[in-house]
Amino acid sequence: MLTTLRDLLRYNAGFRIGAILVGLVATMAGLSFVSPYSPIDTFVVAPDMPPSPAHPFGTTSRGQDVFWHLTFAIRNTLAFGIIVALLSRVLSLMIGLVAGYKGGWVDRVLMSINDTFIVIPLFPILVLFYFVMRDRMSWTALALIMALLGWAYDARLIRSLAMSLKTREFTHTAVFSGMSTREIVVREHLPYVMPIVFSTTMNNMNWSIGLEVTLSVLGFTDINSPTIGGMIYWANQHTAMVAGVWWWIAFPVILIIMLFIGLFLLAVSMNEHIDPRSRLQRMGAGGGA
Amino acid sequence: MRSYAKYLAQRLAQCLLVVFIGINLTYAITHATPIDPVEQSIAAVTAFGNTSPEAIGMMRQSLRELYGLTGGPLEQYVNFWRRIAIADFGPSLSAFPTPVSTLIARALPWTIGLLVTATLITWTLGNLLGGLAGYYQDKRSLKIFAVIAIGLHPVPYYIVAFVLLVMFGYLWPLLPIAGGYGMNIEQGFNATFALSVLKHSILPALSLMLIGLGGWFLGMRSLVSNVVSEDYVVYAELAGVDGRRILGSYVMRNALVPQVTGLAMSLGAVFNGAIITEQVFGYPGIGSLLVSAVYAGDYGLVLGVTTISIIGVSAAVLIIDLVYPLLDPRVRVA
Repeated sequence: MLTTLRDLLRYNAGFRIGAILVGLVATMAGLSFVSPYSPIDTFVVAPDMPPSPAHPFGTTSRGQDVFWHLTFAIRNTLAFGIIVALLSRVLSLMIGLVAGYKGGWVDRVLMSINDTFIVIPLFPILVLFYFVMRDRMSWTALALIMALLGWAYDARLIRSLAMSLKTREFTHTAVFSGMSTREIVVREHLPYVMPIVFSTTMNNMNWSIGLEVTLSVLGFTDINSPTIGGMIYWANQHTAMVAGVWWWIAFPVILIIMLFIGLFLLAVSMNEHIDPRSRLQRMGAGGGA
Repeated sequence: MRSYAKYLAQRLAQCLLVVFIGINLTYAITHATPIDPVEQSIAAVTAFGNTSPEAIGMMRQSLRELYGLTGGPLEQYVNFWRRIAIADFGPSLSAFPTPVSTLIARALPWTIGLLVTATLITWTLGNLLGGLAGYYQDKRSLKIFAVIAIGLHPVPYYIVAFVLLVMFGYLWPLLPIAGGYGMNIEQGFNATFALSVLKHSILPALSLMLIGLGGWFLGMRSLVSNVVSEDYVVYAELAGVDGRRILGSYVMRNALVPQVTGLAMSLGAVFNGAIITEQVFGYPGIGSLLVSAVYAGDYGLVLGVTTISIIGVSAAVLIIDLVYPLLDPRVRVA
């Protein structure tokens, strides 16, 4: 595990940049714990101040310090992404491994459902969900429903891995030594699938945070708890761009773009590392073409 | 030929399953609500002014049926499906008494136009550039393009559209940033109108393309760089086949097959992006319709747009599935 990390940092520029970007964003989130202001208080500082030494990212029209407010917003947004990713990983692992190992009609049924969830346009459904829930729409409810809807793409990936693992020698050995399906899947196959699960976690976080930002910007979530989308929502409500309060919008947008690119680079470089062909090419050992 | 028929039947069944699960999902969501949505909607509408008691009665009836609150559980469910099957979502609350189906029919051509054009351009361009980047791996310009693609691809649609809006709306006002056509232009089939529509669609289409391009580019590049090391490509190279011909008919043709499946798979996500983009640029498609319906508390319209989206996307996927055998002969003969 640690050697993998070291190799990645040493040989993969994409991973290095990704790690730095995500590290910066995570530090920002960590700073929220030492914030001098409470995240829900408004008018604690003079409104509409441009960036200055006292307020490095300026202040909002609601009298909040953009920098410190941003630390809370990014913490909530990150936590949301992590929770959705963890929950949906459980689903995609279970479905992917079982479908791949069982094959036959189990596989066909699970994959039809799987493809359905890939194709269905989720945004209108999430909007409908908000419409029905209205004020009861909470952060946890949204995380839960996103996890329930967001497992499909990765389950397909995991299934294809499980299918190839099934034909390997050690699976036959396990079957003949009397292990149950559950034991084989969990004890024998799961470890092989874990690397790809890590990289899909990053992509899934991008997906869920992207949707959450979009919904919040439109005001379709609990707009009172600070998130990146919520900040942009309030900035739009106060027509920050027209009023010239550009820092209220620019800093959240820059921070969230850093997070997206960072996570994406981590996912891509992990995938490259998992695929031995591209790893060799990168290290300059093999691969002609 | 029989295998082709089997393939068609399979895809059709999958399409129906998408519609079935999707509609059931909307049914489940509307029934998960802990509050009485009908009375809440009616209260919201009547708060704006005096409406005749008959109109309210009609509204309550159609809302109760739409929410599936009349009769026993089975009857509720059947009623819900019946309403959707005949596309009868009742009158719109926000544009009373225009039927919801009329509003959607008016908005749909805009969305389809934007989506189809942007997707076709993105897919073709992304695959072409990706193919070139995979084949000529040392080209400087293609490497720079890869960096830009990686940088843009993971950013969500809303943010890209928003940044474009700020750039062209406030910093460099060059293109129209709102609406589907000029305010002062009459709708009709003439050059001025067409030009105005084209000009207004540039920014929404551009933001869809900026994001989409990266995915196709990266996918195609890695597919092609895998195909190039195949024996038949090496053989063709040794036999002195023209490089462009190798790339076109030997490498790209083979790498394109998974990209077509990928297009079908990603259509739902692209559709999500399109309706978000529409909202940002005030484009008169069903994305803007959906968002304004939520703000207005118009349940019939929200439900209508949701179900039409599900049916529309699954139909589009079916069309791609039907075209697929033309490209991959294995489906026809195997």
